[in-house]
Amino acid sequence: MLKFIALRLVQGALVLLGIYAVTFLLVAATPGSPFSSERAIAPEILAQIEAFYGYDRPIGERFVTSLGNVLQGEFGPSAVYANRTVTQIIGESFPVSLKLGSISLLLALLLGVPAGILAAVKRNTWLDYVPMSVSMAGICLPTFVMGPLLALVFGLILQWLPVAGWYGPEFVILPATTLGLYYAAYFARLTRGGMLEMLNQDFVRTARAKGVPESTIVWKHCLKGGLIPAITFLGPALAGIISGSFVVETIFQIPGLGQWFVRAALNRDDFLVLGLTVLFAAMIVIMNLLVDIVQVALNPRLKYD
Amino acid sequence: MALLEVNDLTTHFHTRDGVVRAVDGVSFSLDRGETLGIVGESGSGKSVTCYSLMRLIPEPPGRIERGTAMFDGQDLLKMGPRELRKIRGNRISIIFQDPMTSLNPYLRISTQLVEALQMHTDIDRKSAVNKAIAALEEVGIPEASKRVHSYPHEFSGGMRQRVMIAMALITEPDLLIADEPTTALDVTVQAQIMDIIKQRQNDLGTAVILVTHDLGVVAGTCDKVLVMYGGREMESGSAEQIFYHPRHPYTRALQKTIPSLQAKGQELFTIPGLPPDVSKPIPGCAFYPRCPYPKTGTPEGERPALAEIEPGHCWSACGFCDSSAPIETVLTKAGDVADDTLPETAGSNA
Repeated sequence: MLKFIALRLVQGALVLLGIYAVTFLLVAATPGSPFSSERAIAPEILAQIEAFYGYDRPIGERFVTSLGNVLQGEFGPSAVYANRTVTQIIGESFPVSLKLGSISLLLALLLGVPAGILAAVKRNTWLDYVPMSVSMAGICLPTFVMGPLLALVFGLILQWLPVAGWYGPEFVILPATTLGLYYAAYFARLTRGGMLEMLNQDFVRTARAKGVPESTIVWKHCLKGGLIPAITFLGPALAGIISGSFVVETIFQIPGLGQWFVRAALNRDDFLVLGLTVLFAAMIVIMNLLVDIVQVALNPRLKYD
Repeated sequence: MALLEVNDLTTHFHTRDGVVRAVDGVSFSLDRGETLGIVGESGSGKSVTCYSLMRLIPEPPGRIERGTAMFDGQDLLKMGPRELRKIRGNRISIIFQDPMTSLNPYLRISTQLVEALQMHTDIDRKSAVNKAIAALEEVGIPEASKRVHSYPHEFSGGMRQRVMIAMALITEPDLLIADEPTTALDVTVQAQIMDIIKQRQNDLGTAVILVTHDLGVVAGTCDKVLVMYGGREMESGSAEQIFYHPRHPYTRALQKTIPSLQAKGQELFTIPGLPPDVSKPIPGCAFYPRCPYPKTGTPEGERPALAEIEPGHCWSACGFCDSSAPIETVLTKAGDVADDTLPETAGSNA
């Protein structure tokens, strides 16, 4: 197992290197520069700025230098926000997104997985139709509809919760619900599908023939296999949800990471784009590795190799 | 009193395309330690009969319409789920056709083996596992104490069926239902599996219902035989009666299909035509469209009543053909005209 993890980490590092190179080239190939603005800047000042950020050197040299910095954990300064480094920006906003994301995901799992199991066990009854209709609506309703809707009902009409900002625990509830419901809908459908597949297997009939009660059939015989689709989705979902959601962060005015993805691209903040891309890619790689380990733990037919 | 007394068992499936009469009024009885063979073509209702007894028919679409199945004084068909669970896996066990899918790939063999024991008896896990090891040894699995903790995918098909047998018999049930236990297996292990079932039956005194296509196996193992066709009982009796004095045209034709009883070098005999479509009502005799005997009437009305020829030997006394002569007398003729007179698809006899 250690060998498997080590191998996958090496593979992951190569993937990250590739992603870094491609992103670097794409950013470099984009016309314009971070320093072009509507105000005319004197050529000698522009040259000075470019020299400061290293833009006066050939692209190959710039790539090697920046890669060297990244390997040392230094993503460089922000090209747009003076006096702030990429590491600082990520360091301030990532914990916010991590907190919001973890709570949302927990909510999504606690709601979605039991709903999916219930729907599969009670298939074709109202206990299946109601949660599945709700989850279909949850998938179809974008967060920019759900968010304002929740804010309107619980924030403005009922006045129970604050609608924007990021100051105390009560500020987490609405955005976490908005984000969580969306993922809960996915988890519910995936869990239902997985459980239904298990419940239709021949070995369930064998268990019934042994006199095993239905509840034991669900928990002992079907749950492991039935959760596999949901767990496969969990990897990318985890990376996506904790790296922040631009929409939810914008609606609820949360200083998270998601907004930086958009701002960095709009501002052509080269170093920030690179830093965020590497961070996101690294999370995907690690989450997928974790998911693979869990898969092997659940399914005895899989082996580490 | 018989251990199991089944009377007029009728199981239908209510599908969108109509009612499938999978089992239509089947009766039989079985004493302790006896072996009953249920034979018939695919789709003749053999398996559904067994699943109905264990109440393993998915409901809906399936429904047990009529009948009783008195097992040791209790009607299996009218039992509540709780009582049923006490019988399943404890007093009646079942072995399924496909050992590759009948074991749970996510659980260890040991977990699955001890499950019935722990469900039905007060036994601690350690003694249960020891019993499981002993059960595996009984069915001839080498290094049982080591292999008991393996997963199903680490076993071959034949080994898995041995595990299924060990699992079914671990609670020493009164009745074992074996639903085509060798059909999905390699020919080389089929005989071994049958031997193990027979041997364990002798050890434990279990009654066995053996569902099979293989008439040779029936002749070698069964005390009683039930011949089914189109969900109905065609003939039943002791193995001797069925094999030496078959009465029903279908039983006779079925016997003619046994390869080892046919002359070498000749094309093997098969019954022309297809089994009937049980989703439509079948008037009169279900076998009529494929029957090689000279027809004497048009099938209509209810199915023929069962007539007892001698004690214990019943047949569905069809009055639509003249089946007094042995089948050899009509076969050459039937072979000649088979393609013209026998409809390709059954059920189109209305």
